[in-house]
Amino acid sequence: MTSTRGRRLRPVWAYGVAVAFLVAATLVSALVGAADLNPVATLAALADRIPFVHLPSSLDSLDRAVLFEIRLPRITVAIMVGGLLSVAGAGYQGVFRNPLVDSGMLGASAGAGLGATLAIVYLGSAGPSAVPVAAFAGSLAGVAIAYLSGAVGGSGTTTLLLAGVAVGLFLTAVQTYVLQRSTQDLQQVYSWLLGSLSGATWQQAGEIAPYAAVSVAIVLLHGRQLDVLSVGDEEARALGTHPGRVRLIVVAACALAAASAVAVSGLIGFVGIVVPHVVRRLAGPSYRLVLPLSLLTGAGFLVLADTLARTVVSPAELPIGVVTALVGSPVFVWILRSTAAVRT
Amino acid sequence: MIHFRASTRTLALAAMAVVSAADALAGCASAASTPAGTASSPAASSPAAAAGSSFPVTVAASNGSVTIKAKPVRIVSLAPTATEDLYAVGAGPQVVAVDQDSDYPPGVPVTELSGLTPNLEAIARYRPDLVISYQNANGLVTGLGKLGIPVLIEPAAATLADAYAQIGQIGQATGHLTQARRVVATMKAQIAGYVRQAGAAHPGLTYYWELTANPFYSVTSSTFIGQIVGLFGLKSIADAADKASDGGYPELSEEYIIKAQPRIIFLADNQAADGGQTPAVVSKRPGWSAIPAVQDHEVIGLNDDIASRWGPRLPQLVAEIAQAVERASG
Repeated sequence: MTSTRGRRLRPVWAYGVAVAFLVAATLVSALVGAADLNPVATLAALADRIPFVHLPSSLDSLDRAVLFEIRLPRITVAIMVGGLLSVAGAGYQGVFRNPLVDSGMLGASAGAGLGATLAIVYLGSAGPSAVPVAAFAGSLAGVAIAYLSGAVGGSGTTTLLLAGVAVGLFLTAVQTYVLQRSTQDLQQVYSWLLGSLSGATWQQAGEIAPYAAVSVAIVLLHGRQLDVLSVGDEEARALGTHPGRVRLIVVAACALAAASAVAVSGLIGFVGIVVPHVVRRLAGPSYRLVLPLSLLTGAGFLVLADTLARTVVSPAELPIGVVTALVGSPVFVWILRSTAAVRT
Repeated sequence: MIHFRASTRTLALAAMAVVSAADALAGCASAASTPAGTASSPAASSPAAAAGSSFPVTVAASNGSVTIKAKPVRIVSLAPTATEDLYAVGAGPQVVAVDQDSDYPPGVPVTELSGLTPNLEAIARYRPDLVISYQNANGLVTGLGKLGIPVLIEPAAATLADAYAQIGQIGQATGHLTQARRVVATMKAQIAGYVRQAGAAHPGLTYYWELTANPFYSVTSSTFIGQIVGLFGLKSIADAADKASDGGYPELSEEYIIKAQPRIIFLADNQAADGGQTPAVVSKRPGWSAIPAVQDHEVIGLNDDIASRWGPRLPQLVAEIAQAVERASG
């Protein structure tokens, strides 16, 4: 065990690594893509946007449109979605003291799927514009139903998780039934369920920004309480914390974070469960560190994954869920093997 | 939760692959069948069958040789294209039920039946003597075979010749071979007319065919649609992504679409009532104003149904393409 203490990064280094990872991922992502923009000219065009910096760039108006209207908004949305999913996953893992929980738990993914499906199937011409709102509302509703169902069964976190599984399966069944009644919408719905950042816009980023900011702030402020919760409800009470209240607040904030992400990206799995574990392996179990580091690392991870998705088979694309799991799983296993276990 | 997610993803991939897989199947079908109008299919070789009224007939469908003992009078169609074919060849009065997606011609006997996930008992309830579908799902062929009901699988056509062959086959199987041949001859003449009118060589013209938006699925020049647009000498911008998708239906990167500067954009998911992408919506996408097709108002909202079927209304699709090509090259 002594060797693992040595491996663990000190907080300032951990922050440094996470920030460097995010910045590097963002830069790489900004410089590559199917449009094959000149990297030097692209860098110059980007630097030109920094206040008081004026750099000539050889990018023509078409290249600029690609860079500023297509590539950058997509990277921005990837940063937001990756950060939100990871912070939500870490928050849930803390609340439930369970390492297998992720951001789609408690009926969040299933509720979002049902919301999006209902919008696509029943709203006709208003469907596409209503999908983000419907997914957002569905995701929150899914968590609310799961939380209320679980709360009736007692105060234990296991009850709450099981209720979440039941609610999730129920909502998925409804979603499948609705879809089965309207097979012409199959492709649209499945494209959404698979998750994608294709077609991301500045408008989307702006629309989820307020929810993202509020939810992330609330979760980050509860790092200490989650650390206290990790020793058990009885002990937490003895230390002056109200486990039920903390749980409700953090679950609500995580639900809001995940719902904001899902609204613009569809269902992207794997991120919310893997990123917090990687962070824990590198920086230790304290939620005061795990939460902010998950935010940064998750953002960088999703930017990288999306960069691969849109460049590996360029000019074609891969579904981002394929990349997060295909590349993420081996990396995750490698990190698991090369570091020692950490309590969640 | 994890199990649910995995199965959703599998299903999703399956759904995305429906187009391309069906297309691959069609390749097998085209090897087995011959274009209608030639007299080389097994039943057509007998003199009586050539008139289209003699049974039993044996047709070489994609699911093998299918023998139909007597002229079918209770036909169930589980495919919108097959439904259109049936009515075009004059077998409409013999049709008792069509699936939930069949909507043309108006007045077809629409039911809750599904070609995607067929329910054998529900189909059997109509006491059919012939069932036509586009895929052999849920053990359709074997299951109905046990009940003595012949099933024709007519998958998505890979070539125009396939589409014509299917119409011939459906005509033969229903006792309307002569009219089926007339339908095919008319289609060929109309399509040839449109190509003559707009010209078959446009080396500089490229197009982007949008199957879906977000993600942006398109077609390469080697697909059924690609071949039809190719009649006018147009090249798909998706050809560069050919290697990434065996079926010819790659998901394109948005920045590539803009950079490729297509001269014409065809929207095959355009029905506004169904939440489709109209030309107005496409023109307003961020960054898309840099595309010549958008600047020149060459974003064409197609009839979704006609653009996704391979039946007797194909000449209408070719006409829509011809008009766009004429404008873009004029």
